[in-house]
Amino acid sequence: MTQFTPSPSHRGRLQLRYLSALLLLGLLALLAACGNNSNSSGGTTTGSNSNTCPSTKQLTGAGSTFDNPLFSKMFQEYPKVNCGINVNYQAVGSGAGINNLLQHIVDFGATDAPMTTDQLNKSTSGPILHIPITIGAVAISYNLSGVSQLKLTGPILAAIYQGKITSWDDPQIKAINSGVNLPHKNITVVHRSDGSGTTSIFTHYLSAISPDWQSKVGAGTTVNWPTGVGAKGSSGVAGQIKNTDGAIGYVELTYVLANNIPYAQLQNAAGKFVAPSLDSAKADAESFTSIPADLRFYIVNGSGDNAYPITGFSWVVVYQNQSNSDKGQALARLLWWMVHDGQQYAQPLNYVPLPDTIVSKDEAQIKAIRCGSSACYSGS
Amino acid sequence: MIQERVSLSKARQQWIRWQRLLRAQRPGDLFFRGITLLFVLIVLGLVAGTAWILISNSLPTIRRFGFSFLTNKAFDPVHDSYGVLPAIFGTLITSAFALIFAVPLGVGASIFLVDFCPRPLRLVLAFLIDLLAAIPSVIYGLWGFLVLAPWLHNNGEPWLQQHLGFLPLFQGQPEGVGYLGAGIILTMMVLPLIISVSREVMLVTPVAQREALLALGATRWEVIRHAVLPFARVGILGGVILALGRALGETMAVTMIVGNQANEPSLSLFTPGYTLASVIANQFGEATPGLFLSAIIEAGLILFIITLITNILARWLIASLQRQAQGRSRGGRL
Repeated sequence: MTQFTPSPSHRGRLQLRYLSALLLLGLLALLAACGNNSNSSGGTTTGSNSNTCPSTKQLTGAGSTFDNPLFSKMFQEYPKVNCGINVNYQAVGSGAGINNLLQHIVDFGATDAPMTTDQLNKSTSGPILHIPITIGAVAISYNLSGVSQLKLTGPILAAIYQGKITSWDDPQIKAINSGVNLPHKNITVVHRSDGSGTTSIFTHYLSAISPDWQSKVGAGTTVNWPTGVGAKGSSGVAGQIKNTDGAIGYVELTYVLANNIPYAQLQNAAGKFVAPSLDSAKADAESFTSIPADLRFYIVNGSGDNAYPITGFSWVVVYQNQSNSDKGQALARLLWWMVHDGQQYAQPLNYVPLPDTIVSKDEAQIKAIRCGSSACYSGS
Repeated sequence: MIQERVSLSKARQQWIRWQRLLRAQRPGDLFFRGITLLFVLIVLGLVAGTAWILISNSLPTIRRFGFSFLTNKAFDPVHDSYGVLPAIFGTLITSAFALIFAVPLGVGASIFLVDFCPRPLRLVLAFLIDLLAAIPSVIYGLWGFLVLAPWLHNNGEPWLQQHLGFLPLFQGQPEGVGYLGAGIILTMMVLPLIISVSREVMLVTPVAQREALLALGATRWEVIRHAVLPFARVGILGGVILALGRALGETMAVTMIVGNQANEPSLSLFTPGYTLASVIANQFGEATPGLFLSAIIEAGLILFIITLITNILARWLIASLQRQAQGRSRGGRL
């Protein structure tokens, strides 16, 4: 049966191969073991424990992509002024950030839509606090050849996104744009295809404006769009609008300002037509005098004269009861810095700085974070 | 009793045969056999594990919606009502579109490469086509989004509507993005696969068969029709299966051009739509635990099942073709 007798050199080579195969398997096993180890040994920290600095040198967060440019800048500056504490932030999306917090993978989450009651109930470590960290606005962008100035109202916007107004020369649009030569052209409605805080703010605005929208479509990071085409990300929506004559879409203000994209003026609750800007978004946030204490609140359609109505918070979410008090102290210090000194980095990056009314509410939230029997934040 | 003893002794014989076989083999062979068996089991385990994860994680929506998940049009996290009918339809229609155009084009191109093309040119062309197959899908997607979709919106779709608008395929508002654009991108992506595979199998057609036909006075076309294609049929079909697999599961490029809108299934190719893969790619990032996440995973499960069914059908088709071919050669026909 065996006519083949291996020569010594051949046999040697065979053995070599077995050896290498074994080595490979061993290596794989080792890798798997290492993977497990690194997961379990994340909590231990070493380092000098001075009087003022917590010994924790590393905090992790995950969530909103909208926050990412601002957070990158903040977390680049923070270690320089505060005990060298590094913050590792992963922009995985608001929903994933919430999931990571619920699974205790990160120390804080960041989200453009407040957690739902359902999500809060999934917490296995007690209550979760919402801390507004910056403010975002959503601009209505369009592409209409020959039209450089466009005014819209909330009800018209809702009708366009429901497919009830389908042409640019619709009498309702003409009525508020006197002097503008609106062409007879189909409106291509563009929306986000991926789940997004931008969508959440926009659909909460439409729900606030139009009862019909609220009952049929509703608001959330993803909705069942009655009409239009979906594009992925802010760049996708902006690209789709740029590509299509007759398109309209919603894009977050930071992206619009950074890329010089045309946007429409929108009628606010006071009846004024307002362009989206950092100032008008801040005016909207300031016009809310009574906000629920848990700060899970949409600040759309504010009452001020200069308020731009499609505006919303972006929140950091943390557990109220921190199990590791040293880490809890580090976290509370970080959050305190973010809502105070950290706000100086907002404006240059086209983010809206928090108005004082919100900062004082944030302070109360941060002071409510508990490390065992005392508050995590020790300053004033 | 007797029967029992007979079967027992049969089992015993089998056992002895096994023992002998094991003894005849040297430990090295045994070890090697064990290792390779382990690899096979790992692969099977991975597939089984995938299926199990998909099923166990989509149980909430399977329990809640049952079959209505397949027929419901809306994918609506706001009202916790989920269905993937538009996505199933979109997956099937874009893949079908891609195969309808890519198969004749691909087979035709490989016939040229094998039978008509001068040898130096063939090498260059074959190299370029293999290169096309290696382009990452996101690049096809970018091209589709930045070049193809605007062109379709401004030129392609209005032209089709003007000249072929009587067909239901080309009715509705031209949007640029939609099933037509996705189908074209998929065609481009699977074409190099089909060409490469068909070229390889056509090249190994026995020369004797070709020459026999030529000796009988057959034309080039007749040689291809009666010698090359029947010989290469099974291999070409294998290439088509690979292509179908890629078309069904393609995510990035399709997401960028399909329009991502859950519309009622319609015959119009201009309709912006969804595919199962693009639903997952779009929604996974913001999906929250509960029904929403479960619905996305069930979409993955359905894609898994569709791929499985098409593969089984294709295997069956190949097997029956092979049987047919064997039967024919036994019957002495050409």
